Amino acid sequence: MRAAVLSFPGSNCDRDLLWALDTMSGIDSELVPASAEHLDNYDLVCVPGGFSYGDYLRSGAIARFSPVMSSLREHADRGGLVLGICNGFQILCEAGLLPGALQWNRNLNFICEPEPLRVVNTDSAFSNVYSQDQEIVLPIAHGEGNYYAAPDTLAKIEANGQVIFRYVDNPNGSLNDIAGLTNAAGNVLGMMPHPERAVEQLLGGTDGLGVFASLKAQCEEATTNAAR
Amino acid sequence: MQRVEMSPRDIAIKKPYLDWGLSVCEYDRFRTKLGRLPNYTEIGLASGMWSEHCAYKYSKPVLRQFWSKNERVLMGPGEGAGVIDIGEGKAVVFKAESHNHPSAVEPYEGAATGVGGIIRDIFSIGAEPVAMLDSLAFGELTEPHTRHLLDQIVAGIGGYGNSIGIPTIGGETNFDPSYARNPLVNAMCVGVMDKDLIQKGRASGVGNAIIYVGAKTGRDGINGASFASGDFSDAEQADRAAVQVGDPFMEKLLMDACLEVTRKHRDALVGIQDMGAAGLISSSAEMADKAGFGMELNLDLVPQREPGMIPFEIMLSESQERMLLCVRAGSEDEILKLFKRYELDAVVIGHVSDGHQFRLTHKGKLVCDVPVSLLTSDAPVYHQHGERPARLAAPQADFVPEIADVKQTWLALINQPTVASKQSLYRRYDAQVKTNTVQLPGGDAGVIRVRGTKLALAACTDSNGRYLYLDPKRGGAMVVAEAARNVVATGAKPIGITDCLNYGDPTKPENFYELEESAQGITAACKALNTPVISGNVSLYNETNGKAIYPTPMVGMVGLIQDLQHVTTIALKNPGDLLYLVGKTGPDFNGSELQKLLTGDIGGHLFDFDLDAEVATQKAVLRAIRTGLVSAAHDLSVGGFAAAISEMVLAGDFGASVEWSQIPAELFAETQGRFLLSVPTAKQGDFAALLGGNAELIGTVSATADLSVKLRGGVDCQFSRAELRKAYEEGIPCRMS
Repeated sequence: MRAAVLSFPGSNCDRDLLWALDTMSGIDSELVPASAEHLDNYDLVCVPGGFSYGDYLRSGAIARFSPVMSSLREHADRGGLVLGICNGFQILCEAGLLPGALQWNRNLNFICEPEPLRVVNTDSAFSNVYSQDQEIVLPIAHGEGNYYAAPDTLAKIEANGQVIFRYVDNPNGSLNDIAGLTNAAGNVLGMMPHPERAVEQLLGGTDGLGVFASLKAQCEEATTNAAR
Repeated sequence: MQRVEMSPRDIAIKKPYLDWGLSVCEYDRFRTKLGRLPNYTEIGLASGMWSEHCAYKYSKPVLRQFWSKNERVLMGPGEGAGVIDIGEGKAVVFKAESHNHPSAVEPYEGAATGVGGIIRDIFSIGAEPVAMLDSLAFGELTEPHTRHLLDQIVAGIGGYGNSIGIPTIGGETNFDPSYARNPLVNAMCVGVMDKDLIQKGRASGVGNAIIYVGAKTGRDGINGASFASGDFSDAEQADRAAVQVGDPFMEKLLMDACLEVTRKHRDALVGIQDMGAAGLISSSAEMADKAGFGMELNLDLVPQREPGMIPFEIMLSESQERMLLCVRAGSEDEILKLFKRYELDAVVIGHVSDGHQFRLTHKGKLVCDVPVSLLTSDAPVYHQHGERPARLAAPQADFVPEIADVKQTWLALINQPTVASKQSLYRRYDAQVKTNTVQLPGGDAGVIRVRGTKLALAACTDSNGRYLYLDPKRGGAMVVAEAARNVVATGAKPIGITDCLNYGDPTKPENFYELEESAQGITAACKALNTPVISGNVSLYNETNGKAIYPTPMVGMVGLIQDLQHVTTIALKNPGDLLYLVGKTGPDFNGSELQKLLTGDIGGHLFDFDLDAEVATQKAVLRAIRTGLVSAAHDLSVGGFAAAISEMVLAGDFGASVEWSQIPAELFAETQGRFLLSVPTAKQGDFAALLGGNAELIGTVSATADLSVKLRGGVDCQFSRAELRKAYEEGIPCRMS
């Protein structure tokens, strides 16, 4: 399994995510600049947190025009896995790879704290090692994490079972307590909490490892199936 | 605002420099040393370079007293930041800087650019910035203006630090009417590097190129160093044009690019310095001065944001996110290409010259031709005379608290904004980016691991203007000791400090006395604790309408944790663990939060402080922690025992049951040199042997979540977790809305 971590100017969680994938989860990974034009050799492409292009104008609004985005779209269209965390989630929404949008937090302030979540769907490529309704704690750190989608879109998301993580104590006003969701096909996930910040007991917990372990399990299964 | 350049003759007559903070005497000094009438640019440069902010002309005699060398110090004051050896080939780099004046006028940008400036100081040494801290002081939250300042200053610190991706791991926020019109905003940055990669701000070697990189130069913050070296008054509208605007995105690119230069292009790089106070002039003149060379710059080549800027403006602009490099002749393209990759403006604007002249050309004309030293080492130094303030000669009577209801006083005290939880503030800062943060804000000190080693660093900021107001010297020593106590409680050995000296107008003898005396106190404590002052800054003129703030030196302390296993937190962890109070408690209430709470003010003779006992206690506690005898540790400071045990209970899941044998009021005494520790029963013998009579067993950790305090005479004080939490956590939020 090979993973790419995209690095936009202003990304600041790219190295943390690389560490979580590579060192802590044993997934062969590398940083790929936003100027790259190909993403052909990766099973998983991660869009990390940070403030891409300063997040001036609106979070993710400028990053969506980066050169790498067309390759990312192709990768997603081919069924390749995409994981967007925090600013990555915002970018994927701006790019239309995920439904809905992320608005300013309800209290209009940046919030950084450990946040309890419920894993509400364990059938996804991103959550298959968790148990149904398992409560996990992942750190959040965002100003614009208040998930919104139009009523009909939201109804479809729920009907399709696209919501993977919900907040236990909704910190930011997200509709339906949505903390992380996939596209309809299930191969693209966006989440505001940071699983890459919860991979070592020393730093407060390891609940985030499940996301990477799930992806690894998914890829290994796909490889095994292909071999058959 | 369009500036018009006057002729040298007009300058001599009309004295425009008075508005820039230069006195007639200083003008004469400059003119005499120059040997002719200075032109508009030259005298403008002098006004920036001879400001207190750049020249330390009033504080230098005091700063010289600081003790700044020991066996670990690799680089002391004088460069962008100080550097200390931490072993395993690594070094820690840190510095703090004040941004009080800009933050008073434009709180968001003032605070944000304070963060940006101190980060540049750290990466200019070649270190990767890994942690931020801050120290803030405000008036009372009952004033709407204070609430606005607090909200916007916190937003500004977060806005910059969160975006650039450096975790804010700790800090302090204090409230007292003394700071109502002069809020204090001190920012500290900590960096880590390989110790053989230290860079210096030097421009040597005739013909070597001077490269400007980063944001374009605009008319923002022009002569901000002079602005920060004057007081405020109601009569004068604060000068908004003197406040800069920050761009953390630009700085992130600049930081990443400069670190690449310092790590991978060492052969090309001669020196690097950030453009902070007094912008291009201070960075260029200081780089030339330190190397003993001259410099020639062509100002037409400086990237400019707006047309029509005159040399005075170009040189004194404090536009943010700019760095100056000296690069070996022939290697210019290599460096310019690197910056281009980061989409940064980088231009060769001049070169190092033979001799010792600082020359500037603009539109083909020579607009400045002065000896470098005239701008730097020839700046005046004033030996002020201090005079003991009358209040110190005749302090008011000792405060003897009368506590009618211990429980009510306790809850009111931990609800005071200075004592109460700062969670509502620090949750607005990203504390975990870079995934190194072992101890998040809310403990005694922030702790980060040093990647690739088993070392960790603890860092905290501390100040207490009230103590210094009552006794500048003793109070100064106490602040250093408390900062050290904080890092010791996390399992770290204190290794050095940085400071921001926040005081009033130094030309007033009483203010200067406070500065001088407190420096002596700080120095005594630094020597006793073996924590040299490796960097810092001064912020004088913190006064409004002639009234100065409390003398408030801010100490940023860094401690070294030898092994990650030694990291200790304040949370109570195991029911049955024994609670020990280390250090003796006395009736020490003058200057305390209790006095403030009960009387609305502070006064009296500051209580005694035994520095030797403090050092011995800290050493013993650190040994106990390193030996694995301690399961939780907390230092005692503002709010005394009551605040400390409340915090230990609230930080974990367990309660405590304690017996207080002294008079009830001493629950709130602020006697120095004390810790509250929890010790597993199995370690009791070893612990008692190590601490001896200096530790008193006062209770146990209980399985219930609540706190029970038995007072003398059989009175019981019971606190449910919910009521403790409400009082502690709502102290600030309930006053903000």
